[in-house]
Amino acid sequence: MTAFLNHFAFEFRTGIRNRQLLFLNYMFPLLFYLMMGFIMVDINPQFLQALIPAMAVFAVMAAMLMGIPAYVVTAREEGIFRSYHINGVPASSILAVPSLTTSIHLLMVALLITVSAGPLFDAPAPESWGYFILVFFAMVVAMVGISVLIGVISPSTNFQVMFSQIIFIPSMLVGGVMLPYEFLPEAAQSLSRIFPPTHAMNAFNGLAMGTNANFSPWGSVIIMFVGGILAFGLAIYLFNWDRSNEARRGHPALALLALLPWLASLLLT
Amino acid sequence: MTNPVIQVRHFRKLYDDFVAVDDISFEVQQGEIYGLLGPNGAGKTSTLESLEGLRTPDAGELQVAGVDPSRDPRGLRNVMGVQLQTSGLPANITVDEAMKFFCAYHGVDPNNALIERLGLGEKRQTQYAELSTGQQRRLALALALAHEPQVLFLDEPTAGLDVGTRVELHSLMREQKQRGATVLLATHDMAEAEEMADRIGILLRGKLISTGTPLEITATGAGLTKVSVRTERDCLSTDGSGFPAVESRGTKDEYYIFFSTDIGPTVAAIIQFVEAQGDRLIDLRVERPSLEDRFLEITTEEVVG
Repeated sequence: MTAFLNHFAFEFRTGIRNRQLLFLNYMFPLLFYLMMGFIMVDINPQFLQALIPAMAVFAVMAAMLMGIPAYVVTAREEGIFRSYHINGVPASSILAVPSLTTSIHLLMVALLITVSAGPLFDAPAPESWGYFILVFFAMVVAMVGISVLIGVISPSTNFQVMFSQIIFIPSMLVGGVMLPYEFLPEAAQSLSRIFPPTHAMNAFNGLAMGTNANFSPWGSVIIMFVGGILAFGLAIYLFNWDRSNEARRGHPALALLALLPWLASLLLT
Repeated sequence: MTNPVIQVRHFRKLYDDFVAVDDISFEVQQGEIYGLLGPNGAGKTSTLESLEGLRTPDAGELQVAGVDPSRDPRGLRNVMGVQLQTSGLPANITVDEAMKFFCAYHGVDPNNALIERLGLGEKRQTQYAELSTGQQRRLALALALAHEPQVLFLDEPTAGLDVGTRVELHSLMREQKQRGATVLLATHDMAEAEEMADRIGILLRGKLISTGTPLEITATGAGLTKVSVRTERDCLSTDGSGFPAVESRGTKDEYYIFFSTDIGPTVAAIIQFVEAQGDRLIDLRVERPSLEDRFLEITTEEVVG
């Protein structure tokens, strides 16, 4: 436990000391939030209702998808995992610790957004803070799982960027962050259900913000938890210490199993 | 010599169709420093990394302090310390943090004395990315030694180190040996292997082609001793008859060089000849064959053969 706490403390400090992580965890989501608050609300006043959840979802998605997979691939390429391996650092800690520290940085960002959105932009606060935190946590679990899985299965930085963008760009377009779910064509609505932000926005709306959910908000919460835990489990199973080491427990294509809960969410009504 | 700590039996390692290590066997006794030599691609790193649990053998049996590396990785971590040829640490970790971090996973207190001893005392708050290559290697070594392992694997430990640090590292290796630790040293540096290793194994194309003490290995060669002579009036240039036991001769700078199979008669004859010519010796050097000479001889024989 001491070792884990030591590891956690070091990674947490790194998240602040490393300028790239500092930008991804704090500056990028906060600048985007300010930009959306000042510009988007003028263009579409209805967006104000969704400002807090949408920006919280964006912060989690951007920091996780752009930060964690890159960390995993770079650490593997630079032989950092080899050093960890021979010194007895378990794979679960290697994946869990940066995920936990990133989550804490994001919690602070979400807190800044929720506290400042009212005074700055007149955005409505969540009606239920308890459910807001629960949905935020579910979103974090979902994105942690997907992000570490992308990092683990990506053979290089180029692939990692491509896989991350395959999730990030459609999530921004159809995930309810920029455009509400109900405005999407039926086919796009179905497609959007395989992306975690759709479920996060649905659950925020139905449980925390006092507005209507488009489908079962509790179903969305469950899908996010199950999807995140399944992806994280697959990431540990497929984890590879070393880019030149052929000994992997399963084919990277097994990662596609992580899609199952999100595909099952098409059945939610 | 009855307590083997490292046992390698009929070990094979393949990468697809390429045979990196082909059925090698050797043992390293407790408290012994064993040097694993070989040119690039000989199979040294594959052997070391399989013993360290980083790779899985395709055939054969490996044991490190009674632990099978591929079956009990956790047990292995506690008995071994490793300085990898290529490894890294997070760019932003400081020297102090790295020591605390790895010691915590080994369940021991940070060994700050080692940091001081390896000349990193003033760098304790410096981040890894800001250390020089030599400092990074010293830190890797400090981390490998911090928990006082039973077995130490060192892969090219002195590459990129300055002379002072290299001497300090050799002194540390001797201390490890004195406390009973077993050291497996893979190196390209023949002088280092000759000075440090109790026994040596030479790997070539995945096969162990020669083993023994450095003296045994050098003694099994052609056994030619090099005699370099320089005189005041260059009288050796006129000698066409040759000296006893000389196999071949040559020149380098102002020296005449003779390769002798029997040093006594050769040197006596050279001195006699110089005096007879009314010349005077300025310098006479006798060098027995080095491990490097023998290594080149063995590897060339094998490649040509």
